[in-house]
Amino acid sequence: MTKPLLSIKNLTIDYIGETADFRAVDDVSFDVAHGEVFGLAGESGCGKSTIAFAISRLHKPPALIRNGQILLEGRDVLGLDPRELRSFRWREVAMVFQSAMNSLNPVLRVEAQFYDVLRTHQGMNRSQARERTAEMLRLVDIPPDRMRDYPHQFSGGMRQRIVIAICLALNPKIVVMDEPTTALDVVVQREILQRINELRKTFGFSVLFITHDLGLMVQFCDRIGIMLAGKLVEQNSAGNIYTKPQHDYTRKLWASFPSLHGARLMEVAAS
Amino acid sequence: MTKAGNAILSLDRVSKTFGRAPYMVKAAQSVSFDLHAGRTLALVGESGSGKTTCARLVMQEYTPSEGRLLFKGKPVEARDAKALAAYRRSVQMIFQDPFSSLNPAHTIAYHLRRPLQLHRRDLKRSQINDAVDELLQRVRLDPGIVASKRPHELSGGQRQRVNIARTLAVGAEVIVADEPTSMLDVSVRLGVLNLLNEMKRDMKLALLYITHDIATARYVAEDIIVMYAGQIVEWGNVNKVIDNPQHPYTRLLLSAVPDPDVRFDDPKAHLKTADVEEVRRLSAIPQESVVAIESDHFVRQIAA
Repeated sequence: MTKPLLSIKNLTIDYIGETADFRAVDDVSFDVAHGEVFGLAGESGCGKSTIAFAISRLHKPPALIRNGQILLEGRDVLGLDPRELRSFRWREVAMVFQSAMNSLNPVLRVEAQFYDVLRTHQGMNRSQARERTAEMLRLVDIPPDRMRDYPHQFSGGMRQRIVIAICLALNPKIVVMDEPTTALDVVVQREILQRINELRKTFGFSVLFITHDLGLMVQFCDRIGIMLAGKLVEQNSAGNIYTKPQHDYTRKLWASFPSLHGARLMEVAAS
Repeated sequence: MTKAGNAILSLDRVSKTFGRAPYMVKAAQSVSFDLHAGRTLALVGESGSGKTTCARLVMQEYTPSEGRLLFKGKPVEARDAKALAAYRRSVQMIFQDPFSSLNPAHTIAYHLRRPLQLHRRDLKRSQINDAVDELLQRVRLDPGIVASKRPHELSGGQRQRVNIARTLAVGAEVIVADEPTSMLDVSVRLGVLNLLNEMKRDMKLALLYITHDIATARYVAEDIIVMYAGQIVEWGNVNKVIDNPQHPYTRLLLSAVPDPDVRFDDPKAHLKTADVEEVRRLSAIPQESVVAIESDHFVRQIAA
């Protein structure tokens, strides 16, 4: 087996409370290979977003990593000093947040928001940054001449694509996406994920994809982990999660989705 | 889709516009549909397609720019206070966000007692408390535990059940549910949908179910309307529309629904941005002519 890109080992995260701690992530281990799309599914409160934040060490108190390791190409993320951490974020791990379309700065032109990232991390000047911005916008099907527009002049789906373009501007090794399309309608959702899938093949980055929509996850991911109350209860290829779910909870999760074709729900409910 | 006579509530060629030309937005264009007792009508479409405008028209929150709203066959006069009160009692709404649609300062019992006090003047105080317990039991909540709690102590699913109980408290005949499960966890969604289904069956409610999730629409509804850019583009029996979609927008919508049987890598599943734009452009053009595919399946023609 080749070395994984991202390796999470026995990760345990607590939220510190006044009287008792709440264990949000409980001894979770998984690997993400180069160029792979790994999905984390589960209900709200199961700890999937906590893991996403911990990977780029964006978790804030009262969250505390009690135990475990996060390794990116063998380097321990938890041991990075603040300066190393700053260059590690974006350049190696980029993150697309839930309702990311609202994470653009409303008072800056799109161009300026790209420039911000490109200057800090790659020391580009204005004209170099503009060139790179045009290139990135073209990748996500946005006409480059719109880089002088403000975020509110774009639709929700376009803003989401701009955020993804900024994330990819530094060629990160892995992109963490936490419910990236939850607020969008299905057609726009499909367009965006399809585009990410193509870009992934072109540039070879990995994706950690977090959502509660199992159907969507099976379409997009190579492997899927199912989380329940902080524990990773099942981990398998997308096809097996769909056709041969092993854990009871995975089966129940499937049963809670009405299918477009009507039939499957009844089968699962009956078994 | 007029099966005249037995409809509880109908919209008859209703349009709603906002602003003035040249900036006028046509949020609903000549929309007609009927709601029948014991039946669910699903209204699907993307954000901005006019779904919520339709809900607000039904709730009489907006007055139609054109067209009529008929309640039990008669138009509702805004000046007739009594008729309007009866209408407000009979037509109730369940909102998308269960976290902001209950008053955080009041107990659950209060939320159910108020509508009973206002609309059921015949009940005595002791009867009201019994009625509150009965309502909570009906939506599968334990009155002993829940009645004295405040909204923040309940989960999203429980709160949405309280909202359902609240609509039942006043004896609603029509319920407008605007994305009632989209903010709930997947594992409790089905419970709420089943409850709505049950209420509809047992109490002969007419339900307008607004959603962008076609799969759940099929699960709860008998009839479906697909809207785009303020127009109804296709409507009819839910199975016939989903299994045999005729309008290009309906087809686009269905092809984009997450389907675990189809991988993104599959070239057949690939949506081309140019095609999507073309479907959107064509579907947005106002069109008068309608074709009947079957007796209960209609589609609006698109511009050639």
